[in-house]
Amino acid sequence: MPMYDMNKILPGLIIFAGLMTFPIWYNSGNAGAVPKPEKPTNAKECVRPTDYMRTSHMVLLNEYRDAVVRDGERGAIKDAGGVEYDEKSLMLGCMKCHVSAKKFCDECHTYAAVKPYCWECHIQPKETN
Amino acid sequence: MDSNRRKFLKLAGLGAIAGVAAPSAFNSLLKGEAIASSGGHAESAGHGGHAAAAPTGKQYGLVIDVKQFADTPGLGEHCIRACHSLHNVPDFGNKKDEIKWIWIEKYENAFPEHSNYKRNADLHKMPIVTLCNHCSKPPCVRACPTKATFKNKDGIVMMDFHRCIGCRFCMAACPYGARSFNWRDPRGKNEIGKPFISRINPDFPTRTRGVVEKCNFCSERLAKGLQPACVEAAGGAMIFGDLNDPGSEINKVLSEKFTIQRKPSLGTNPSLFYIL
Amino acid sequence: MLEKALKGSLLYKGWMAFLLLLIGVGVLCYGQQYQYGLGYTGMSRDVSWGLYISQFTFLVGVAAGGLMLVLPYYIHDYKAFGRITILGEFMAIGAVAMCLMFILADLGQPIRALNVMLHPTPNSMLFWDMIVLNVYLILNVLCGWVVLHSHYKGVKYPKWIKPFIYLSIPWAISIHTVTAFLYCGLPGRHFWLTAILAPRFLASAFAAGPSLLMIIAMVLKRTTKFDIGRTAQDKLVTIIGYAAMLNFFFVACEVFVAYYSNLPGHMHTLDYLFFGLEHDGHVYNNLVPFMRFSMAAGLIAIPLLFLSRAKQCDGMLVAACALLFVSLWIDKGLGLVLGGFVPNMMNQVTEYYPSLGEICITIGVWSAGFFILSLLYKIAITVTLENEA
Repeated sequence: MPMYDMNKILPGLIIFAGLMTFPIWYNSGNAGAVPKPEKPTNAKECVRPTDYMRTSHMVLLNEYRDAVVRDGERGAIKDAGGVEYDEKSLMLGCMKCHVSAKKFCDECHTYAAVKPYCWECHIQPKETN
Repeated sequence: MDSNRRKFLKLAGLGAIAGVAAPSAFNSLLKGEAIASSGGHAESAGHGGHAAAAPTGKQYGLVIDVKQFADTPGLGEHCIRACHSLHNVPDFGNKKDEIKWIWIEKYENAFPEHSNYKRNADLHKMPIVTLCNHCSKPPCVRACPTKATFKNKDGIVMMDFHRCIGCRFCMAACPYGARSFNWRDPRGKNEIGKPFISRINPDFPTRTRGVVEKCNFCSERLAKGLQPACVEAAGGAMIFGDLNDPGSEINKVLSEKFTIQRKPSLGTNPSLFYIL
Repeated sequence: MLEKALKGSLLYKGWMAFLLLLIGVGVLCYGQQYQYGLGYTGMSRDVSWGLYISQFTFLVGVAAGGLMLVLPYYIHDYKAFGRITILGEFMAIGAVAMCLMFILADLGQPIRALNVMLHPTPNSMLFWDMIVLNVYLILNVLCGWVVLHSHYKGVKYPKWIKPFIYLSIPWAISIHTVTAFLYCGLPGRHFWLTAILAPRFLASAFAAGPSLLMIIAMVLKRTTKFDIGRTAQDKLVTIIGYAAMLNFFFVACEVFVAYYSNLPGHMHTLDYLFFGLEHDGHVYNNLVPFMRFSMAAGLIAIPLLFLSRAKQCDGMLVAACALLFVSLWIDKGLGLVLGGFVPNMMNQVTEYYPSLGEICITIGVWSAGFFILSLLYKIAITVTLENEA
C-alpha cells in the first residue's frame, strides 16, 4: 500500500519526536545539583528510619493526618531510637525539628518538581535568616 | 487508622458501587446517618423528636446561659474574638464572603419557630450566641459526598479540610446556618492591603479557598484537656461537657434548668441548649 | 462516521465557530474563577448555590426528557419515532455533558472531584447522583452510537444492545429522581422538603426535553432536508402538552398546601418568588418578574401548543415550545434552586445576583453542550439522509 505525503509526514514526525524528547537530551549527563536538605540540630533520629522518611514521608503524613483529624489520635509518638515526640502534627511536630521549610522541604521538592499544598493551610515556621 | 484498614474501606466502598454491599448501603440510608456516626442523646428532642437512641460513646454539648450574656455587655463578642483569633477565622469585611464559627443572632432569628407574637421586651434584645450544634443526627454529615464532614468519637461534627471538595451540599443541609465557605483566599488582603486574618495564630492552620469550615468544638484544645475557647472566655455563662455522661456538670444543669434548643422538630438532636 | 461532522455548509461552520467563540470566553472566565475562588460568582454564605447548580438541575431534566423520545420507539415499537429516537439519545448526551461541566464549575476544589469515588459515601445523595449521571451518559453514548452505526451500515442494530436500551429507560427516571432527592431530603429547607419534588421534576423534564427537541427539529426542517415527519411531530405535541399540564398541576398542589395550611415556612419562599418577601422593612423581589413571566408563558404555551397542531402551523408550534422551554427553565433553572435559599435558616433574606463572569461561564457551558449536540446531530442527520438517498 503506498503512503501519501511521506515527504511531509516523515519530517513532521522527526520534528515532533525531537521536540518531545528535548528535555531528555538537553539535560543528558547532568543530574543537576543534588539537593542537600538541612538536618535538624536538636535530634539525631526521626520518627522512622531515614530511608523510609526519604521515600515515604508523604504516606506517613497522610496517616498522621487521618489519625489526628478523623480518629482524634493526636498522641505522642516514639521514634525508632525511643525518643518521644509530643504530637502527630506538621506544624507542632515535624517543624519543631526541621525548623526551615525552605532549607528542608523545598530543597528536595524543587529538585523533584513536586508542589505539595501543605502550606496553603498549614503555617511554615518563621525563617530565621 | 492504618493504611490496610483504609484500603479495605475503599474496596468496601467500591463494592457498594457494584451493588455487592447494597444491603448495607440501603441499611445506612434507612438509618439516615453515616456509618461512623456515634452520637445519640439521652433526651428526646422536642415535640417532633424521635425516641432517642441509647447513648454510645461521648457526645459533647453546651449549655448557654443567655441571661448572663445579656447582663454582661460585650461578653458574646469576647467569646467570638477568642474563637476567631485562635482558629485564624478571616474577616473579609463584607457579608457575601463572610466566614464565622460563632456569632450573635437575635432571638427571633435564632429561634424562628418560637412564637414572636407578644413577646417579652427583654427577649428581643437578648444576644443569642450561636455556633455549630454538633447534632447527634447531623444532616450535613448525611449530605457530604466524601465524608469530609463526619461525627468523631467525641460526638463532634468535624471537618476534614484536606478532603472537602467544596460542593457546599452541607451548607444547604445545615438547618442552623453554621457553615461557611471560603469564597476566596483567606490569606489574602483587601484593597488597602489589610490582611483578612489580622494576626495569624501559628499553632493552628488557616484554610484554603474552596473548602467549607465551621466550629470544631476546639477539638485541638480538648485533646490537651482544655475547655473550648468560647467556654473559657465566657467565664461561667457557658457550660461544656459530655451529654452522655450522667454524672457530668452539664447534665446536672440540664436536669435543673429549663432549656430550649434551636429547631428541635427537625430531629437533628442539637447538642446546644439555651437557658433564657 | 466521525468525518461527517467535519464537512458541512457555511451555516453549519459559522454556527460551530460562534459556539467555539462563546466556549472560549467561558474558558477564560473559568480561568479567572479558578484563580480567585468561587467568590468570583454572586454566591454568598446565605445563597450558597447559584446559576451553576440550578442549570445542572434543569439540564438533568433535559437529559431525562430524552426518555420520552426513546421509549415509544423501543418499547411500543412506535415506528413514527424512528427518526427522533437517535436525536433523543444524543440530546441526553449533550445535556449530561453540560451537567457534569456545571458540577465541576461549581466545585470549590475541582481537583479533588474524584474524592467522591475515592471515599464512597452511600448516605450522600450526591454520591448516587454522580453514579446515575455517569452511567446514563455511558448508556446513551453506547446505545446512540451503536444504533446509528448500524444505520450507517444499513443493517438493523445488533441484539446485544437491546438490554442496554431497556436499561436506559428506567435509568432516565433515576437521574432526575436522585437529583430531586438532593433537595427534598434536607430537613431545614421547607420549599424543597416535599415528596412531590421528584414527580414534579420528571413532569417538567418530560415537557422541557421534548420541547427543545421540537425546536431543533423545526430548525432542521428549515435548514436541511431532515424532517421528523408530521405524525411524530403531532405525537410529540401530545407528550409535551400533557407533561406540561402535569407539571403545572404539581405546582398548583404546592401552592395549595403552602397557602391553605398557612404554614409560614412553606409560604415564605413562594411569597418571595411571586410577590416579594419583606424583611427588616425592605421588600426583596428580584425573582418576581421572572417567576410571573414563567407562569404566564407556561400557561399560554399549553393551549398554543394544541392550537398549533389543529392549525398545522409550524411557526406557532415553535413559539409554543420556546415559551414552554423558557417557562420551565425559569421555574427550575432559577426559581427552584435560588428560591430554596430564601429566607435563610435564620429567617433573613439575602438576594443573589450572578456576576458577569459567572454568566459568561454559564453561557460557555451551554455552548459546549450545544457544540457536542451539533456535532452529534450533524453526524446523525447526514447518515440518515445518505441512507435514504
